[in-house]
Amino acid sequence: MAVEFSEAAKQEFAEILNHYPTKEAAMLPTLHLAKREFGQISPEVMTYISQLLDLHVTRVANVVSFYTLFPREPEGKYVIQVCSTLSCQLMGAETVVDHIKKKLAIDVGETTPDKKFTLKKVECLGSCGTAPVMQINDDYYEQLTVEKIDKILDSLE
Amino acid sequence: MSELYFLKNRGNPESKTIDFYLAHGGYEALKKTLKSFEPNDVIEEVKKSGLRGRGGAGFPTGLKWSFVPQDNPNPKYLVCNADESEPGTFKDRYIIEHEPHMLIEGMIISSYAIRSHLAYIYIRGEFVQGARILEEALAEAREKGFLGKNILGSGYDLDIYVHRGGGAYICGEETGLLESLEGKRGWPRLKPPFPAVVGLFKSPTIINNVETLANVPLIMERGGDWYSQLGPNPKNAGIKLYCVSGHVNRPGLFEFEMGMNLKELIYEHAGGIYKGHQLKGVIPGGSSTPVLRPDEIDVSMDYDSLAAIGTMFGSAGTIVMDETTCMVDALYNLERFYAHESCGQCTPCREGTMWMVKLLRRLEHGEGTVEDVDLLADIAGNIMGRTICPLGDAAAMPAKSFVQKFRDEFIEHAKQHKCPVKKDKSIKVTDANA
Ligand SMILES: Cc1cc2nc3c(=O)[nH]c(=O)nc-3n(C[C@H](O)[C@H](O)[C@H](O)COP(=O)(O)O)c2cc1C
Ligand code: SF4
Ligand code: FES
Repeated sequence: MAVEFSEAAKQEFAEILNHYPTKEAAMLPTLHLAKREFGQISPEVMTYISQLLDLHVTRVANVVSFYTLFPREPEGKYVIQVCSTLSCQLMGAETVVDHIKKKLAIDVGETTPDKKFTLKKVECLGSCGTAPVMQINDDYYEQLTVEKIDKILDSLE
Repeated sequence: MSELYFLKNRGNPESKTIDFYLAHGGYEALKKTLKSFEPNDVIEEVKKSGLRGRGGAGFPTGLKWSFVPQDNPNPKYLVCNADESEPGTFKDRYIIEHEPHMLIEGMIISSYAIRSHLAYIYIRGEFVQGARILEEALAEAREKGFLGKNILGSGYDLDIYVHRGGGAYICGEETGLLESLEGKRGWPRLKPPFPAVVGLFKSPTIINNVETLANVPLIMERGGDWYSQLGPNPKNAGIKLYCVSGHVNRPGLFEFEMGMNLKELIYEHAGGIYKGHQLKGVIPGGSSTPVLRPDEIDVSMDYDSLAAIGTMFGSAGTIVMDETTCMVDALYNLERFYAHESCGQCTPCREGTMWMVKLLRRLEHGEGTVEDVDLLADIAGNIMGRTICPLGDAAAMPAKSFVQKFRDEFIEHAKQHKCPVKKDKSIKVTDANA
């Protein structure tokens, strides 16, 4: 199945190219754009990006596999990333994860059957002073408590 | 300095707008610089200030800038390191989200100093809001004529672009960052050549931390001599953001002159140990820096004082651990981080971190032996100094220091065949100010 950017994304891509002296340097911004457009970086998406950037597809695949933010498979509508590094662990991150696991009846790395939530444990989110912390899609949620988590998850449509 | 610089507008949602920034003296330092300073004079001023890099290594900023070869015909680049991912560190995010113009003004002056016409802000991919705020602030600055062609009629041109990372701690290491910015895996490069000579797109490149660059307007406004008077001595000069996380009553971000006493920082400013518990250990400068025992924390938080007691100022990310912390478990957590973040290029780092994780898991689960404790220190010793980039050392230093300073606790795990610590995994509610 061939994929293609929307017109708006094509324009954004053209603008991205203006920021760099080489096409290859547009790799990460293009991957971010593709994730927004397609929700995942599937093999088809990698092929498309390799054509856009005039690179061999293995170059793209090699980069995609190195980073954590470019999922190769579809994820839930809301991706919950709970920080599990030291400052958050000290402040109760394990309890946060356990609570979400129970609430959504999924394990870490899984997606709910209705494809609404994916749960992940991640490394330090750079917000250790307000631990425990999680990120859902683009947003940070800090100083979590069980009540707060319930409220946040229940409010997501 | 009695008044605050970075945190003066804390709590004011307007602080990120250019109108607010301009109304409070913003971009005056840039105007002054472009009007009365040659690029080399800016470098001299920053050298005089004593400013040292706030990203972790503390290298003198002006001196680094002076390494850019001006006879090199290639373009010069300035790259702002906004990857902020050293566990325990959360200072750059504040500047990015609340004082983006401080950073942008600092970047324009710094680019001018090294004669760069194209600069990038490499921001960790998770900081989506931060990237948006920076994009908006850059657009505002362009509109006011602080960016683009012929800035303020000076004849100087500069563009700055935001570049979002893909989620990888190693891209905070400066050469890993450059590889990533070029569209590749963030695999650190062998040094030399140093980036100041061969950096981004094979051209001379200066990489500086967000906080480093955001100091530059203040230095140009008040002068290098004035700045160098702040702090305990000219080698550890200036103002500093301190991050405190972990078991304290009031974690968060604090601003003081360089040289804040660590004990005072924890007990007075951060509100003391959580719920009056006993202190067990302190990681002073971000997860890579060697841990301190409670009897070692009456120390000035600056580069040289912390080095003198065998640890590091690093990124000023202080992590506090109370009596409910198991030191084996804490180290296990950190080594999982390093094993996950090792880029895998060097065998000692890739294999060493993996083995440390295995040994720590064994010890924590009561399956380890006394020999394992020494083996752990041994592996750490074998990583040190044998890798391409400092991540190897960053993984080894905590291991060495935890085993050295909390040896009894490690041995008890082996002897009792279980974790002897009453751990507290509950969610802790604090009065955080960040
Ligand atoms: C593994 C590793 C991770 C690093 N992460 C960061 C980071 O997130 N932010 C940062 O500014 N510097 C980081 N550094 C330090 C940079 O390599 C570099 O020294 C710094 O950006 C230079 O800027 P400065 O001179 O202004 O401190 C890291 C270094 C290592 C070895
Ligand atoms: S020390 Fe580790 S992170 Fe650094 S280059 Fe080697 S393998 Fe990669
Ligand atoms: S340890 Fe969780 S945000 Fe840093």
